[in-house]
Amino acid sequence: MSYTPDKMTDKDKRKSLRKLAGAAGIAMTAQFSPALTGHVLGSDRPIKVGMQLHRTGIGASYGRWYERVAVATVKLINEEGGINGRPVELVIEDDGTDPRRGAEVIEKFATQHKTDVAYGTLFSHVVIGSSPRAGELKLPYYVVSEGYHVASGSLNRYVFQPGITDVRSQIASMAPWIATNLGKKITMIFPDYAFGHDHRNYFSIAIAEQGGKVLEMIPVPPTESSFTRYFPRIPRETEVLYHVLVGPGVLTFVKEMGQFFGTRDRPRIFGYIDSLEAVDFATPQLEFLQGTHFWEAFPRYAQPDQTRHDQYFRHQVGVDQNGASVSDSRDISAYSHMFGCWETLFIIKQAMETCGYSGPEDRQALIEATESLTGFAESRNHPQGSKVFNGKIHQCFGIQHISRVEDSRLKVVHTTSIEDGLYEPEADYTQMAL
Amino acid sequence: MGLGPFLLLASLEGLVQAAVLSLSALGLCLVFGVLRVVNVAHGEFHMVGAVIAWSVSHVLFGHPLLGFLVALFVAPLLVGLIAFTADRVILRKINHNPEATIVATIGMLYVIQQSVLIGFGPDARAMEPPFYFHINFPWFGYSGYKLSVILMAAALLLMVWHVLSRTRLGLIMRATQLDREMAQVFGIPVGWVYGLVFAAGAMLAALGAVLMAPIRQVHYLMGLDPLLMSFIVVIIGGLGSIRGALLAALVIGMSDGIISMFFSPTLAKMISTLLVALVLIFKPEGLFGLRKS
Repeated sequence: MSYTPDKMTDKDKRKSLRKLAGAAGIAMTAQFSPALTGHVLGSDRPIKVGMQLHRTGIGASYGRWYERVAVATVKLINEEGGINGRPVELVIEDDGTDPRRGAEVIEKFATQHKTDVAYGTLFSHVVIGSSPRAGELKLPYYVVSEGYHVASGSLNRYVFQPGITDVRSQIASMAPWIATNLGKKITMIFPDYAFGHDHRNYFSIAIAEQGGKVLEMIPVPPTESSFTRYFPRIPRETEVLYHVLVGPGVLTFVKEMGQFFGTRDRPRIFGYIDSLEAVDFATPQLEFLQGTHFWEAFPRYAQPDQTRHDQYFRHQVGVDQNGASVSDSRDISAYSHMFGCWETLFIIKQAMETCGYSGPEDRQALIEATESLTGFAESRNHPQGSKVFNGKIHQCFGIQHISRVEDSRLKVVHTTSIEDGLYEPEADYTQMAL
Repeated sequence: MGLGPFLLLASLEGLVQAAVLSLSALGLCLVFGVLRVVNVAHGEFHMVGAVIAWSVSHVLFGHPLLGFLVALFVAPLLVGLIAFTADRVILRKINHNPEATIVATIGMLYVIQQSVLIGFGPDARAMEPPFYFHINFPWFGYSGYKLSVILMAAALLLMVWHVLSRTRLGLIMRATQLDREMAQVFGIPVGWVYGLVFAAGAMLAALGAVLMAPIRQVHYLMGLDPLLMSFIVVIIGGLGSIRGALLAALVIGMSDGIISMFFSPTLAKMISTLLVALVLIFKPEGLFGLRKS
């Protein structure tokens, strides 16, 4: 058979068009059939939580665990009677870790799935790309992202980050320990996009307040796959190498860092666990990390003083004492981030119960109810620890941990207090119109 | 770090890049030279090669060297088979029409990428290098495996050169490239040659991927970069010119390594792309391509 694009007759074309129209009709009916049957409008309608998930793209390793945790949390909430007596339904849409797709997903939640809230986004460029649409559509949007973008006031009144501390606060609380225990001349390697820029902007300030100085800043695109070429820029007089990286190449990044330093004298290394989140510390070629330090929000390896809440959380989300999946010890969790999905869902529940939320018409009341929250005590619903919540900047503040690598495991050596990470708010979302 | 060591590291990085790039670009060049079509799915064959290499090394227990050596044979073979099938089932049906082939291979790109996403998953996975030899220069350390990649790629390129210029198979390919109709008159089954060359191009991309897999992580989106770089190399070298592709791979790989290190990787990409634009304007047939009379 040869390539014959112009052999179709008019009759054939009409036939094809009819088929196409038929298919479109079936698709439309399928899409709107729940509405036609009146199922959606009934009073037993479940509370729909639209989860914007990094199922594919550069955030996929986080997405896998965010999904597991969200599913486990919803299951638990439903077993305990749901929210306001109604079951919770999780509607998951993949955003491909892409801001443009993220905004489309928000639109899909608001107009097609008609979810009550949107929730769960991690990567900061997706949050920043999706937030304006959530604001326009007046869809409450609860992110689990870490970035400073929510607290900075650059988003809108519909965006909250109540379940995970932002980077600025994390950095502010740890800078004194780094300056005292590791050194004051710092070189930073960070991902060259919003999240990394938060590190760049606020760590330089935080370390300067401790009498330290950032000697060199080395931005790396988050889609990068080869890293050796960045390391020669580390100045010789560097005392501490501060690294934070995300994306599919993180393991290569850390391995190449080890290769570059070889057996020579190297600076002390302080990393964000993001550089090895969902990666096994016992991987060959990571031995050089022995004695280096990492930030952790929630210790991956169960510590001797493990709380019963941590124990319960691990059990519910299927994670063992080493932070790996109970069904596959090679499947390492994103332990320092995923607790945020658990805690945020319980906060949505708390806010909905506070305002007696009954449907999308109560969304504005839900915003005000969330803003009225002031903090969360360490509990089963908040296993990572107690948190202060600032309703004006829609951001929570919690404790942080600094851990040292010992025998391919992480051992907590310092825990900050909530007060260590508090800063003067720069915004007030409550002044914005709803 | 002084200028000398800086330059040494930049050159090593550039050489590794050039080594793998030359294999991948040679594949693209071969396909264009003989079939006169542009294979947009070329990067995906590279990615599938890496995925197969990872899978083989993952399934085979024992020393990583064993997995690597088996992958070095199995990955190109399987990728070649996929490409040959794609040629018979898709490209032959559209008579290797240049425009239609671009559209068809774009389709193949998505089908392959999404199939791997479904089967292999969205995670980046690390493949163990066959050995952990580590070289400690006074100024920096370097992976011995990376250096061996340069040697392995050079050996593979020599083999390809031998096949193309010293064997009957190479003669048939070159004859088909020079004059398809005349080749047919002389009894060369041109259809089969097309299929074989398309497969060979994909196999070269897969070979580069097997060498690269232990250095970088295996990921379903990893095909984009090699595709882009191969295109840059093939356009600069001259579409269809093997000598041009090899030289351009060396120049682009080295300049990418050196500019990336002295300035920034983004600037390196910008300069490569600018070079493509300049070549297209002032010497559209490429540095070594034949000028159409």
